[in-house]
Amino acid sequence: MLPEILKENAVAASLEAADPALLLGGNTEHNELTLEVVPEKILTALRIMKGQQFERLSTVTAVDRYPMEPRFEVVYHLQSVARNLYVRLKCRVGGEKPEIDSATAVYASANWYERETWDLFGVVFKNHPNPIRIMMPDFWEGHPLRRDYPVHGHKYSYQND
Amino acid sequence: MSETLTPDATTEKPVHTRRMTLNMGPQHPSTHGVLRVLLELEGETILKCTPDIGFLHTGIEKQCEALNWQQVVTLTDRVDYLANLSNNLCYSLAVEKLLELEIPAKAQWMRVLLCELTRINSHLVWLGTHALDIGAMTVFFLCFREREDILRLFEMFSGQRLMTSYIRVGGLALDPPRGWEKRVKSFMETLPSRVDEYESLLNTNPIWLKRTKGVGLLPVEEMLEVGMTGPCIRAAGIPMDARKMMPYSSYDKFDFKIPTSTDNDVYARYAIRVAEIRESIKIVNQAMAGMPEGPVQAAAPKVVLPDREKMKTQMESLIYHFKIVTEGFSVPAGEVFQVVESPRGELGYYVVSDGTAKPLRVHMRTPSFGNLQALPNLIEDRMIADSIAIMGSLDFVLGDCDR
Repeated sequence: MLPEILKENAVAASLEAADPALLLGGNTEHNELTLEVVPEKILTALRIMKGQQFERLSTVTAVDRYPMEPRFEVVYHLQSVARNLYVRLKCRVGGEKPEIDSATAVYASANWYERETWDLFGVVFKNHPNPIRIMMPDFWEGHPLRRDYPVHGHKYSYQND
Repeated sequence: MSETLTPDATTEKPVHTRRMTLNMGPQHPSTHGVLRVLLELEGETILKCTPDIGFLHTGIEKQCEALNWQQVVTLTDRVDYLANLSNNLCYSLAVEKLLELEIPAKAQWMRVLLCELTRINSHLVWLGTHALDIGAMTVFFLCFREREDILRLFEMFSGQRLMTSYIRVGGLALDPPRGWEKRVKSFMETLPSRVDEYESLLNTNPIWLKRTKGVGLLPVEEMLEVGMTGPCIRAAGIPMDARKMMPYSSYDKFDFKIPTSTDNDVYARYAIRVAEIRESIKIVNQAMAGMPEGPVQAAAPKVVLPDREKMKTQMESLIYHFKIVTEGFSVPAGEVFQVVESPRGELGYYVVSDGTAKPLRVHMRTPSFGNLQALPNLIEDRMIADSIAIMGSLDFVLGDCDR
């Protein structure tokens, strides 16, 4: 359901009009539009946005709210160069089996960003064309940007080798 | 084609072209850092290109979560070591937005001045190394001569040549040193003639023109689609620049142009960057001429360290000083995505706070990462010699890419 404050926002209203069950909420804090999307419907949302002159997917990343559940927020920043607008889409996925559809079907630039998010957070992007690690070495175990992964003192040591 | 390549044309054996996989990098001079590119070749044509990044991954985003808000500034320098002040600025603006801080006019103008010096610095390094890749060595020495002057200016301002950390949350680290106007001014007077000098070496150089004109073409829609930003997209005709589109830090008060071109080749990217150096000179001169008076730090005792004299004489200042030094300041819960125009393109900091003294998440949307992603689209089905020119024209910094 859309909060009152967003009913007059053109972007939010158009998403709501296309599919009333698409949005879970949103806000315009700090003059930035954030929309929370049902994770299963992220591709629909991205397709609608792309149809509304949002030519660019600027970045995809995640936020780990450990120990809260659902633990991960997958965050998409879209830009419309023609309308000079940024919009943030957000999906909450649980820590048990974090997965979401890959945005590469809509925006090609999602490819590396989703690889990075999988590598560092362990969020699985379904139907990703090349789901391999991008930052960490291939043999690495664990996902370093998770909040329960230590900053110091993990199992790999660089001191002795 | 294959007949002319046959050593002995009378032999009946057909000559098959052989596919070869070439490993370029991670230690290759024209990859400007540690980028590894796997190239599948047939003769000199690149059939497939697979960039392999991550060799410079230093876990900066993870480390940000372990430091307090002000300490993170020192890490943002290290993200892109050629555009250190742009990174400082982007992070500071993001946190200031969360804190709802009002930054004094003088600090804003100084920030603009310093960021434009950073842009000139970065473009000079780019021009020198790019020309070196293509075989014009003199330009490299000339560019680094001027770059040295800019680094000396940075050293005068902050005490550091590269890792400046001069732009902090709440304003600037220190008041600008005495006599800075004179030194910046004398540098700005010599720079335009120096830029003419670079152009005189390259613009009519037949080798330079042959290697850059008509090389590295890609449709604009595809460039946007794969996430390219900065001078590369402006060379394709889209005037996309955060300084004009979403002015930050008083950029709306300056008079400058966004150079664009529709040629979309390596030469156009070179021409755009040189034109940007000239625009930056204009901005720096305007900032010098109209520099407002006043403090360089916000009037926010909970965020900005108090004056030394006040700290020693006033109880309240002492308490604030103690709190900021021991535990840092806390930032109201929320999230912002701040975009600035770094020399390489769209630089975005996505900062999330949970209301404590340390960030919950700092994500850097760096321009090199986005530009590098376009590399396969740009060099597949082209000649291997062109790949060097194209890679150079993207102007990536691997520290910026891998973080």
